[in-house]
Amino acid sequence: MLMCMPLWSVAQTEATDAVEQTAGTTSSLSEALSGLTSRSFKEKESAIEKLAVIDDPAVLPILKVMLDGKLHYVKETGEVVFVEKTEEGYEITHAETGEVIGTVSKSKLKKIIVNNKLRRQLRGEIAQLSIRNPDADIRMAAVQEIVKNIDEQSVAILEKLVAREKDSDILELANVGLALWYVQSEDKVTRLAAINTMADSLMPSVKASLENILETDSDLEVKAATRRALGKIEEKIKYYAFLENLIFGLSLGSILLLIAIGLSITFGVMGVINMAHGELMMLGAYTTFVVQQMMPNYINTSIFVAIPLAFLVAGFVGILIERFVIRFLYGRALETLLATFGISLILQQLVRSIFGPTNQAVETPSFMSGSLEINSIFAITYNRLYIFIFAMLVFAILLLILKKTRLGLQVRAVAQNRAMAKAMGVRSEWVDALTFGLGSGIAGVAGVALSQLTNVGPNLGQAYIIDSFMVVVFGGVGNLWGTVVGGLSLGVLNKFLEPWSGAVMAKILVLVLIILFIQKRPRGLFPQKGRAAEN
Amino acid sequence: MGKWIKKLLGVVTALAVMSSGAVQAKDTIKVGVLHSLSGTMAISETTLKDTVLMLIDEQNKKGGLLGKKLEAVVVDPASNWPLFAEKTRELIEKEKVDVIFGCWTSVSRKSVLPVIEELNGLLFYPVQYEGEESSKNVFYTGAAPNQQAIPAVDYLMKEVGVKRWVLAGTDYVYPRTTNKILEAYLKAKGVKAEDIMINYTPFGHSDWQSIVSDIKKFGSAGKKTAVVSTINGDANVPFYKELGNQGLSAEDIPVVAFSVGEEELSGIDTKPLVGHLAAWNYFMSVDNKDNAAFIKQWHKFIKNKKRVTNDPMEAHYIGFKMWVKAVEKAKSTDTDKVEQAMIGIKVPNLTGGVAEMLPNHHLTKPVLIGEIQEDGQFAVVWETEGTVPGDAWSDFLPGSKDVVADWVKLKCGNYNTKTKKCSGQNYK
Repeated sequence: MLMCMPLWSVAQTEATDAVEQTAGTTSSLSEALSGLTSRSFKEKESAIEKLAVIDDPAVLPILKVMLDGKLHYVKETGEVVFVEKTEEGYEITHAETGEVIGTVSKSKLKKIIVNNKLRRQLRGEIAQLSIRNPDADIRMAAVQEIVKNIDEQSVAILEKLVAREKDSDILELANVGLALWYVQSEDKVTRLAAINTMADSLMPSVKASLENILETDSDLEVKAATRRALGKIEEKIKYYAFLENLIFGLSLGSILLLIAIGLSITFGVMGVINMAHGELMMLGAYTTFVVQQMMPNYINTSIFVAIPLAFLVAGFVGILIERFVIRFLYGRALETLLATFGISLILQQLVRSIFGPTNQAVETPSFMSGSLEINSIFAITYNRLYIFIFAMLVFAILLLILKKTRLGLQVRAVAQNRAMAKAMGVRSEWVDALTFGLGSGIAGVAGVALSQLTNVGPNLGQAYIIDSFMVVVFGGVGNLWGTVVGGLSLGVLNKFLEPWSGAVMAKILVLVLIILFIQKRPRGLFPQKGRAAEN
Repeated sequence: MGKWIKKLLGVVTALAVMSSGAVQAKDTIKVGVLHSLSGTMAISETTLKDTVLMLIDEQNKKGGLLGKKLEAVVVDPASNWPLFAEKTRELIEKEKVDVIFGCWTSVSRKSVLPVIEELNGLLFYPVQYEGEESSKNVFYTGAAPNQQAIPAVDYLMKEVGVKRWVLAGTDYVYPRTTNKILEAYLKAKGVKAEDIMINYTPFGHSDWQSIVSDIKKFGSAGKKTAVVSTINGDANVPFYKELGNQGLSAEDIPVVAFSVGEEELSGIDTKPLVGHLAAWNYFMSVDNKDNAAFIKQWHKFIKNKKRVTNDPMEAHYIGFKMWVKAVEKAKSTDTDKVEQAMIGIKVPNLTGGVAEMLPNHHLTKPVLIGEIQEDGQFAVVWETEGTVPGDAWSDFLPGSKDVVADWVKLKCGNYNTKTKKCSGQNYK
């Protein structure tokens, strides 16, 4: 609600454009506003139409707040108001005049409900009103909106914009929008010029329009030009589709890497089959949830608090598991498997008892939502991008710990030859506990990442445990690099199979391929070498 | 712990009654509650268990039924389909319950079906399902496809002007059957095969990048596109998140979902979902006196003001009230008597209409289309005039077009009007 106040100043400069579109204002602002309080969506629609042509700086903020679904009216008087939640209650401001009316309780107010049709209409009107905004980004967004619906009115707006616009990206987009209109012209030369402009654009509507021309236009020269343009576009689309699959695959691979890398320590280095690995990830995800609950106003920062905390929580639980269960079972793989499976059920039920069986809502920090648009058919979503970077960072840090620290040296020593390491004075029990804690902590960190992608509920871990074992076995037990290569290549393989075979079949195929691969190379991609690997 | 002791006592008394050999008049009427309290379905089913307990509690405060108190017998089938059949047997044979409220997924219902028919029990099934079934021993208080899927598609076709369709679902019986019905329906309405895209994903699918990207491409052909989603509960969160992140807004490509309700939304950050649609027969946000009272009662019972109500809860509410009325009418809890008494019983639903039990064991229900709001509630944007009678056998599938269910005149749940034969219950 705070944001609508500074908009007033901007609106003043833009509203002049609104008048240009239609001659004169027909109804007064308050009349149009009262139409918004109607229950019927049809009446709201015509009220918005009326509002949009009124030359008043108050219009734009009203439309914007309405688009957010936050415009209210007072039940008794029917006054349309902006609402701001304060400590005493709800402070309401008159939408028309900007006067503060007072503070009321929520039951006195009624929200003006918008549906998709109205939202679309509102976006269109807001775009037309903000086409003169000094901020290039806002202008760009406005043009993008206008280009979606090309008609006589939008062509007039675009032509005026092209005459004064300096920004080359906006100009290009506006010209494509105009070409979409002029390609329907009677004049052949105009049509050809339009097709030429369109050939450089990857906008989906351009391709649809060109395909339509190819079918309907009778002129041979135009047809040839269209075919050329389509060929050019399709070649680019093919290239980007490949790139997209690759990026999707790497992103899926980075998630596989994150969930498997903790396991590759406990299973790979220590040889413990830990069926509770998934539940340790779940604990990490729940830690994220709890942290967000404790700092609801700092969602962006909360994630950075959650990462180390999740490491500590899951690591601590891991050490407990090691000290009280696993250490009595070393060398007895089957019993470890059953015991840790039991632990996984206990942890699930524990979470169910504390937080309830329902999923918990973990909010996505603002910097992680949305996507990085390269062009209109290729974009990388931010959450995937950050998780990829995060996975690589976790891997790098883990590698550093194992290769450069004293603990890492001891871990490797114990893994290679326990008796010899003991003889050299390494406290092997202590190392075991810390190693298991480290692997578990990493699982917790993976849980933080998963909380951004999927449900945070008691069953979170189960969904990932199979995948994580698959990656470790495929990559080669006991080799961190194997896990990286294994995870990423499985992700890419899956994503290249998926468009061709469907998601269900792709999963099956990957599993079959891994089984065949293991038959051929039982020790995975990068088998451990040396005497230690033999037993 | 109390629950265990109660259960143990129940078993002991049941054994005692059996060993004495005498069939004494029971002083309570036992109501079985067959909902998963652990495992994957616990998330949805625990709420329904609580709903039934609340309704029983309310009825007991009113003085019980036929002068006896109602007693709930809660068992946990643990999201394990074969266990549903075993627990049904336990409820009917050992616990001697008079009625069972339970099941969520279609596979669990299919697993209970042979047992409940063999032992002549009574099951109230509260969830929207794929139809193609009508058993003498089951009352279907959720929506049949013609009470949810078909009206939703009609809305998109007529009101939104959708020309191109993505049918996305989780790979199991409900989405497969519903999509088969929808595909036949769309084709009957003149939609071409190339304008329909069908996609199935595994349970709990979490990597939606490729599919959302495909939907985006499919939707950019210049025709208005919508997604009809029968994606199962858990996979929805990552699906909607991916939609939001790839910039597919509800205005461009609306998604209408049949398995996303208030309960599912309460576990999601709803910002990226605003404007997407759901079709149900009840929304918590419906402004109605009965509904307000129901919500108040629920909050008081569950002792948490933040808990939401949803469509299957309303179905149990209607089913329970109907059962009470039927027992009063039949003056008995005998399955056969109650079954006949049930048909024709009318109970006000929570959205201002009346639910009537039809001879095919389905209900009349209004169909509401709601748009998701930022607070996780739905704003109703469209509703049918009056109620729609549930149709057990779809008119749009070649195999079931000629089949009708009528437990009054025909005494058959699977009567073929062409061959004039009752082929018995179809377990397909």
